[in-house]
Amino acid sequence: MAAKKLNIKDKYRLLTRDLDWDFSYEDRKEAFPHEEFEGIKITDWDKWEDPFRLTMDTYWKYQAEKEKKLYAIFDAFSQNNGHLNVSDPRYVNAVKIFLTAVSPLEYQAYQGFAHVGRQCGGVGARVACQMQALDELRHVQTQIHAMSHYNKFFDGMQEFSHQHDRVWYLSVPRSFFTDARSAGPFEYMVAIGFSFEYVLTNLLFVPFMSGAAHNGDMATVTFGFSAQSDEARHMTLGLEVIKFFLEQHEDNLPIVQKWIDKWFWRGTRLLSIVAMMMDYMLPNKVMSWKEAWEVYFEDAGGALFKDLARYGIRMPKYSEVIEKEKEHISHQTWWTFYTHGHAAGFHTWIPSDEELDWLSEKYPDTFDKYYRPLWEMAKEKEAKGERFYTTGLPQLCQTCQIPMLFTEMDNPNQNSMRDTVHNGERYHFCSDGCKDIFEEEPEKYVQAWLPVHQILQGNCGGPEMSDVLGEFYKMNVGADNMDMKGSPDEERWNQWKGKA
Amino acid sequence: MSKVYIALQDNDESRYIVEAIEEVNEDCTVIHMPAMIRIEREHKLVVVREVVEEKMGRDWDVQELHLNLITLGGNVDEDDDFFTLEWKQ
Repeated sequence: MAAKKLNIKDKYRLLTRDLDWDFSYEDRKEAFPHEEFEGIKITDWDKWEDPFRLTMDTYWKYQAEKEKKLYAIFDAFSQNNGHLNVSDPRYVNAVKIFLTAVSPLEYQAYQGFAHVGRQCGGVGARVACQMQALDELRHVQTQIHAMSHYNKFFDGMQEFSHQHDRVWYLSVPRSFFTDARSAGPFEYMVAIGFSFEYVLTNLLFVPFMSGAAHNGDMATVTFGFSAQSDEARHMTLGLEVIKFFLEQHEDNLPIVQKWIDKWFWRGTRLLSIVAMMMDYMLPNKVMSWKEAWEVYFEDAGGALFKDLARYGIRMPKYSEVIEKEKEHISHQTWWTFYTHGHAAGFHTWIPSDEELDWLSEKYPDTFDKYYRPLWEMAKEKEAKGERFYTTGLPQLCQTCQIPMLFTEMDNPNQNSMRDTVHNGERYHFCSDGCKDIFEEEPEKYVQAWLPVHQILQGNCGGPEMSDVLGEFYKMNVGADNMDMKGSPDEERWNQWKGKA
Repeated sequence: MSKVYIALQDNDESRYIVEAIEEVNEDCTVIHMPAMIRIEREHKLVVVREVVEEKMGRDWDVQELHLNLITLGGNVDEDDDFFTLEWKQ
């Protein structure tokens, strides 16, 4: 008689739980030295549930199948000169941001989960973290492969890895992850597994990727959705982590809530660049940032927090500020990049008249009142041959490292600035949220490597902007940066398309 | 009451999965977007293996869902015969 096929639950138990062992001659505490210092109390790791019950053999089987599909599409995209089918060459600048800002985060996530998986005493969590680490490594590899095709034809992608560790705006995503990775294992899981994966990455990988499809970018949408299919598993792990901590011990509640408050705020700050990509960098529109935010943060996140209310968890702190920000942040961020376009590794531009009208329609309460007049002024200046760039270096927030570009949400004409004194030094912040995070752990954030401070201290190639951009950042100055109009990217595109 | 949701890549396999979901989950909403299909429903949504197999005309493992899945919202429960998303509040 043939052996009976195991059902999912039995297979999961045999291939996961039963692979663990007890410590007979080594001290368990020494084997898992990071398990206690954060204050999280775990009484029984066996209560950990993995709802997908994925075992390693099944994992390899399905991941291999996903990978085969993905690479078949990359080949087809490349063999058919897929870059010529994008809606507009401006779109490719969103891909440049993705490669320099996001893909290296996948690598950091891999490092983070590999480390955290090792530190978890429970085997269920350890296996789930192991799979997630492998997923993240797969994501960075497939993303680099997908975008390598664009690198053959467009500027600004050649030094993504070098730039991720140095460039002023890339320090925002980079420091977000180094903050999480230098925390304890449980904070990392709440930060990345729950706050980031469950609510925030959806905004990047779902509406933005749908936008990539709508702009003819077959390679990006394919890796995006392929990565996101892993994210669905990560989201489930993230939610499981939270429920597990809260069910283990009542003392865990205030710690978890504090981490949720911190990482939702950090995450919304990080997403301001995605907001700008959605509203300004997709020539064919799918939905506005505000609409995406309502679907994926307010509705999906709202449902999640209602579900968690039974454990005593409340909405993240400053949710009321976050709600107002959806009307403003994409505009404030793109304007900042437009005015600092000489120092960015991608091109910026004034939205077309049709795009301005679309923004007016999508943001009836704010765009015409606060932001359209800026673009009308920029248009007038450009028409007179006076495309302008800001010459000064911006002040950065000590926590999120974003230039002080955000306004008070109740008064969008007033810049939002906060400060606090620690050991006789004054530190500056973009918001109450970032100030609170600093004050909770000042010893951590006083060590921040702030790009503008480093430039002024002479640690970034030299005193001139060209030293910083060319020597230290390895930007190809005059090709990678400045306005889309008159760029080599634009010139090449027009040649390919037979335009004058 | 909150909505659970699932998004699938818009392809030939998903078409059958979406049909199976529509058949089993009364009053679910199917939203077509570029390259993806999003299905949402109040409180709970179930994918039943038998119904998907009937639509596809072949054996289908619930874990094959991973191949076409983009994202989801809700507490997951997966077994040999079904895949469920549910909010518990």
